Amino acid sequence: MVKLLGRSTWLFEQPPVILSSAAVGGKMEKDGPLGEWFDYTEEDGLFGESSWEKGENRMQQLALKAALQKAGLRKSDLNLLFAGDLLNQCTGSSYALREFMVPYLGLYGACSTMAESLLMAAVYTGAGLAKAAGAVTSSHFCTAERQYRFPLEYGCQRPPTAQWTATSAGAVIVGEHSMGGEHRIEIVHACAGIIQDPGIKDANNMGAAMAPAAACLFRRYFRESATAPADYDRIFTGDLGAVGSDLLYQLLGRDHIEISDRHNDCGLLLYDRQRQDVHAGGSGCGCSAGVLNGYILPQMRAGKLKNVLFAATGALLSPTMVQQGETIPGIAHLVHLRAMEGGGADVY
Amino acid sequence: MPTTEQYASMVKNASGNSPSWKNIPFAFLIGGLICTIGEALLHLYQYAGLTADWAGAMVSVTLIATSALLTGLGVYDKIAKHGGAGTLVPITGFANAVVSPALEFRSEGLVLGTGAKMFLIAGPVIVYGVAASYIYGIILCLLGQAGM
Repeated sequence: MVKLLGRSTWLFEQPPVILSSAAVGGKMEKDGPLGEWFDYTEEDGLFGESSWEKGENRMQQLALKAALQKAGLRKSDLNLLFAGDLLNQCTGSSYALREFMVPYLGLYGACSTMAESLLMAAVYTGAGLAKAAGAVTSSHFCTAERQYRFPLEYGCQRPPTAQWTATSAGAVIVGEHSMGGEHRIEIVHACAGIIQDPGIKDANNMGAAMAPAAACLFRRYFRESATAPADYDRIFTGDLGAVGSDLLYQLLGRDHIEISDRHNDCGLLLYDRQRQDVHAGGSGCGCSAGVLNGYILPQMRAGKLKNVLFAATGALLSPTMVQQGETIPGIAHLVHLRAMEGGGADVY
Repeated sequence: MPTTEQYASMVKNASGNSPSWKNIPFAFLIGGLICTIGEALLHLYQYAGLTADWAGAMVSVTLIATSALLTGLGVYDKIAKHGGAGTLVPITGFANAVVSPALEFRSEGLVLGTGAKMFLIAGPVIVYGVAASYIYGIILCLLGQAGM
């Protein structure tokens, strides 16, 4: 049912389907170009809770509840949840999802978690190991800043290469092939990436740390799946931002792979860089999660996009290792999504 | 794949530089403004009848208190975004570096949060400031013994 192509590309012969999806965002995301596409946005960064971490938990809960409701499923209908976030011990996910009482497998893929969790949900449902599985992730500007950088009120200047961690959560419910209706979004291929460490030590230049992982992933994926960029309407990367996207084109250009005419980066879509002070763009698990669930999937349902590659990228940064003089490894994972003829699906 | 050196050069070209043409004059202006306010306060306190020593101490207290207040109100970091080194170097920057983690980590409690994390950023300045003053003190003492 799932066929291995090359080293780590999977072809789903009976493609699992995306039953529903939901995106939750904060104030910056609401004010951004995709603001109206979010299922739920909140001006209060605490989301009514007493700490930023609890606020992030709340975002994941809201996203998963909304996705379940749209799919018409109960918590007990889910066989598995794959989730992760940026925080130590993945507390953004484990504390949020404990109340759902669904078998849970925690993931850490930094900002690539949306693609990683979707890949896992697709493999499990595609291989007949689960009927329905959820993929959930989140990031919160305030929880990430205090863990990775400085306190919020500390006065400092951010360099032009710095990116803005998105306050956003996304949840996708993936079901086995038979659960899809006439109009559906299928997950056709998935590809797990290889860690690439290009020797970047600057924690304020994540795009540069991640671009080689994305380039390596695309190169392998196109070869292993025997497809080319022209086979896809749009190719999305997670959060390379302006610097990382530029580097990705250069790296792929060395192998004569041209994607710039159909490529968009979620980090460049989530915010308006002219109007919002995000420097090189958005980042964080919630960046690609918000854009996938708040923009890409709705566009596919509306029949505007048919074949899409969604490749979320992650900088596997540890402040401890950076302080010890280590470099920042990057990772990227990919899923190939296909909207079946007709578009304009009734549920979602 | 390019080598690490080749990639570093690609990254350098792709990454924009900080706008120094804007940052440096702003740092000069805002840092200068803070120092001018300090100088004005010094004259004001002396005019009010304080001795030079007392007036100097009161200037520090006033600037620290103002910086702490502006940090708590969420204003200082917005000034620092433009001021850069101009807001970092004066005593107000030090106050901001102490108050911001104290506020940030209060969610972990007054002891393990605010108390333990208050000197997260300013701690090294205090440690090495005290260590350096010991070294200078010893040097001064030895020079004194040598009759210099």
